[in-house]
Amino acid sequence: MRREIPLILTGIVGITFFVQFFVPHSPMRELSETFSDWYSIISAFAIWLGGLNLMKISFEKVYKKDKDWFFAVTTIVSFFLILIVGLFFSGGRQYLEQGSGYDWLYRNIYSPLSATMFALLAFFVASASYRAFRARNAQATVLLLAAFIVMAGRTPFGDWITVFLPEGWRLSNLSNVIMNYFNVAGQRAIMIGIALGIVSTSLRIILGIERSHLGGE
Amino acid sequence: MDKFWERLLTIDRRVIFVVIFLALSVPIFLQIGLPIPVTREVQVLYDSLEDLPRDSKILVSCDFDPGSEPELQPMAEAAFKYFVENDLRFIVIGLWPQGPIQGNRAIEDIDESDDEYIVKDGDTLYFGADLVVVGNDTAWYGIDFINLGFQVGQELVIQRMGTSFEATFPSDRRFGRPQKEFPIMDGIYRLADFDFVFNLSAGYPGTVEWVQFAVDRFHVPVGAANTAVQAPLAYPYLDTGQLSGILGGMKGGAEFEKLVGHQARATMFMTSQTMAHIFVMLFIIVGNIAFFATMKKSDRRGIRE
Repeated sequence: MRREIPLILTGIVGITFFVQFFVPHSPMRELSETFSDWYSIISAFAIWLGGLNLMKISFEKVYKKDKDWFFAVTTIVSFFLILIVGLFFSGGRQYLEQGSGYDWLYRNIYSPLSATMFALLAFFVASASYRAFRARNAQATVLLLAAFIVMAGRTPFGDWITVFLPEGWRLSNLSNVIMNYFNVAGQRAIMIGIALGIVSTSLRIILGIERSHLGGE
Repeated sequence: MDKFWERLLTIDRRVIFVVIFLALSVPIFLQIGLPIPVTREVQVLYDSLEDLPRDSKILVSCDFDPGSEPELQPMAEAAFKYFVENDLRFIVIGLWPQGPIQGNRAIEDIDESDDEYIVKDGDTLYFGADLVVVGNDTAWYGIDFINLGFQVGQELVIQRMGTSFEATFPSDRRFGRPQKEFPIMDGIYRLADFDFVFNLSAGYPGTVEWVQFAVDRFHVPVGAANTAVQAPLAYPYLDTGQLSGILGGMKGGAEFEKLVGHQARATMFMTSQTMAHIFVMLFIIVGNIAFFATMKKSDRRGIRE
């Protein structure tokens, strides 16, 4: 029964969502609304589960003095700091208001750290492009040229260095051509491929053929 | 000469980091004005907003976090200023937990009032929270704008909004009062009651999900503001008419700022981005020249084959 009940539930929910997409009327509509609400509630529980799991792993790492255990201490301290400040020292419901303790932590610690992590990409991309972006063969050369045109064309610099060319041949226009035609064609092919994959996997799950999500063998 | 190219190939990466740091930071202080031509996708979004009559209700979904703030926050601020100046009402939500906080910050930052608060009918009203001043226009919380916060559930939240908006976002984020108590929510029962959806997206769930559910299913026009990484994924929806315009990355933000007449951070950062692009291209050129210069003739043949 440990496998059969989840399979039956998956089948019922899957078929309900599938049918109500084409027949948005009673009782499918009400069923779909109920299942959507359940999904939100279960997702909210999953946040708790994720938080507790993170703490369990971090505490174990500190207790066993595993490699880089100090980072686990940082995780634990940060977790409880923001939790305690948010729950008890930020004016209750208005914890997100400007000037609250939670807001201070968000603005002055979380936000700059998060933006910094993302900004580091610029440096790594520059370093990687210098070391690895080589015109080794025809395909790599095409990729390199496309990257050049888009990079230059997405800034005023592109038009500046091609100002002597007719407007249609300037880098900004060539960049738009790559984005609107070549990129769109490639993206569509990928999207259709992914969609077909999702349909077949979903059908396998709904019909109980695919059971790996239930765990076990 | 060969040794020179070899040394160039094995250059310390910290040198590259310093060059990029200077390329990004110096232009911010120089404040060089660059020409910013407007692309079709940005013009389409602007025209879609221009076509909205006064008092139209726009759902703003902030689906991003501080990591994408440099690209998306200027777009949010420019859009909110435009909404206030053109008497468009906007309802902020988020499919990402940090999204509504970012939305709130954008609202606070567009406020141009020098005062902190006013007292009206015995109530203390705070600028940037209860009311926002942009030029000669004022927007009031609950009447002209509201923040309904975050809802967990990814694309299913969009689907649920399609049948009942109140069931998905029952109360406002600031006071926790039922959303129906606020005048701005009059006439809003489901997603189709909105005149436009403006989605600021940095990934999943984001623009793709809004197109799949809000546009295809409930026929609500959606305009997107994306990070430069995310934008190529949204382009296929532009020509099909499923998306009413895209602001792609810093450049899209700068173009939008130009159109709405509030050239601010995105325009300023474009100079830095331009310099960074130029140096990355130079690195690629130099790297390739050094690579081929240090390669033996036999190896070159091998690579071509």
